[in-house]
Amino acid sequence: MDFYLSAILQGLCLSAMAFGIFISMKIFNIPDISTDGAYTLGGVISGFFISQSYNGFAIVGLVMVGGALAGAATGFIHTKLKVNALLAGILVMTALYSINLSILGQSNLPLLNFPTLFTVINVFQNPTQNTFLIVATIILVLLIIVSYVLKSDFGLAMRATGNSQTMVRALGVNTDNMKIIGLAIANALTALSGYLMTQLQGFADINMGIGIVIVGLGSVIMGETLINYFAITSVAKMLLTVILGAIVFQLVLAFALSLGINPNLLKLITAAFVLLIVGLPRFIFKKAE
Amino acid sequence: MIDLQNLNKIFSIGKANRTTAVQDVSLTINHNDFVVIVGANGSGKSTLLNLISGNVLPSSGKIFIAGKEVSRLPEYKRSPAIARVFQNPFSGTAADLSIIDNFRLAALRTQNKTLKIGVNQNFKNKIAQQIAQLGMGLEDKLEQAMGSLSGGQRQALTLLMAVMDDLKILLLDEPTAALDPRSADKVMQLAQQLTQQYQLCTILITHNLKDAFTYGNRIIQMAEGEISKDLDATSKTKLTQNEIFSWFS
Ligand SMILES: Nc1ncnc2c1ncn2[C@@H]1O[C@H](COP(=O)(O)OP(=O)(O)OP(=O)(O)O)[C@@H](O)[C@H]1O
Ligand SMILES: [Mg+2]
Repeated sequence: MDFYLSAILQGLCLSAMAFGIFISMKIFNIPDISTDGAYTLGGVISGFFISQSYNGFAIVGLVMVGGALAGAATGFIHTKLKVNALLAGILVMTALYSINLSILGQSNLPLLNFPTLFTVINVFQNPTQNTFLIVATIILVLLIIVSYVLKSDFGLAMRATGNSQTMVRALGVNTDNMKIIGLAIANALTALSGYLMTQLQGFADINMGIGIVIVGLGSVIMGETLINYFAITSVAKMLLTVILGAIVFQLVLAFALSLGINPNLLKLITAAFVLLIVGLPRFIFKKAE
Repeated sequence: MIDLQNLNKIFSIGKANRTTAVQDVSLTINHNDFVVIVGANGSGKSTLLNLISGNVLPSSGKIFIAGKEVSRLPEYKRSPAIARVFQNPFSGTAADLSIIDNFRLAALRTQNKTLKIGVNQNFKNKIAQQIAQLGMGLEDKLEQAMGSLSGGQRQALTLLMAVMDDLKILLLDEPTAALDPRSADKVMQLAQQLTQQYQLCTILITHNLKDAFTYGNRIIQMAEGEISKDLDATSKTKLTQNEIFSWFS
């Protein structure tokens, strides 16, 4: 049981990143690979400062600024230097690897003896319940903030940018800047997931971000299935489906591991699972035609 | 209102597929003018409109709008004065946003898009009233995604969206090309009505010679990037539909 509870916790921690992918992929149609690097960046910044006994709350701003800078860099390279979005993301991700390694100073940094977000606040005696409450609260607050932003006039302009750049330009919006800001927001959210995950697991690792963009994509695509099925138009509900997607994703991985699958194969299973949820609907669709 | 001086636009300079889309066009369009532009495919009509809106920057020549030179200004900086309806009905609206959200954006064309939530009941009522005049029954579907509407419905809404905020110039590039005759008539009449109501300077590109005959107080024909005919209000009233027809033979 605890096994699945920790999967749900991980799903919640990764929801912030899934919100980021929702913005970059669903809104802008940009597959943002720099997510991998920004997630690790969030993790290593947290790891570094927590190992210096900084308060977990104090560094959240720093983590998000770090992620935002990474996203803005990808956006800048893509829009101003006219580099393909995929390549722009790969460039930033590669560069971040060195930056992350320099910050962390080693490839893995255990944090078990240092106070984290989840040990500073104690509402429940049971540490799992306590962690759940804290993570759920953070994600709920995030959901409220992100859905507010997306519903605001600025958010409307951002969402329209992904639909019709022609229209949005004619409406007086600089679409390049819009994409840069959007990717900055997306990667700030991604870094926040790295921050949460580092403290949940009690260590920061230079490889923690490998393939994380796929996890985000899978979560958003699962959410999208619900969005289409129920014809959801409210932004808050859309983000809720994304959280659900992130949790279901982790539950599926936990289930696979509980079947005794070698943990070394986890990334392979992740990729296969995403391929399945991306490809299956099209496959069924084709047959029906 | 619009002053074009020796305007040239050459695409793919220095390449084998070099095209002169607009060649040495000088043109003055007055406030309150409703200009109709006709011409064969590829004669440079859309390019001329794109030059005015800033979607395309000129190779040489100057563009003045309301007395101010805007020749090198990007489109998003010219938009305070200009609203557009595109040839493609899907370009003018955002498919994933609801009708009401699309109108909200259009209402902010000349303003900053801030972190304020602008769609309230008051705004919805106002938009519902505006949309009701189309007689398409869309006023009850404000929350519906724009992408779920037909091309004609979207084009009609785009036209209404154009006049949501202050504007001086309305650019219509074959707004009815994708519409059935009934919707097309509705959209054209709406364009005419809005032009008068808001005292706009309107430029309409059309292949529909009946529309070219019926609407506007000035008609221009383009051929191979140049202006080949330019008739003012008095000459246009004397013109017959058959005469316009004969321009194309
Ligand atoms: N972005 C572009 N790049 C290269 N060539 C272009 C571009 N836009 C237009 N052209 C060329 O410029 C010429 C004029 O095109 P334009 O679209 O202005 O014609 P049009 O009069 O609007 O035609 P239609 O009636 O078919 O819409 C054409 O030869 C076209 O191929
Ligand atoms: Mg054209």
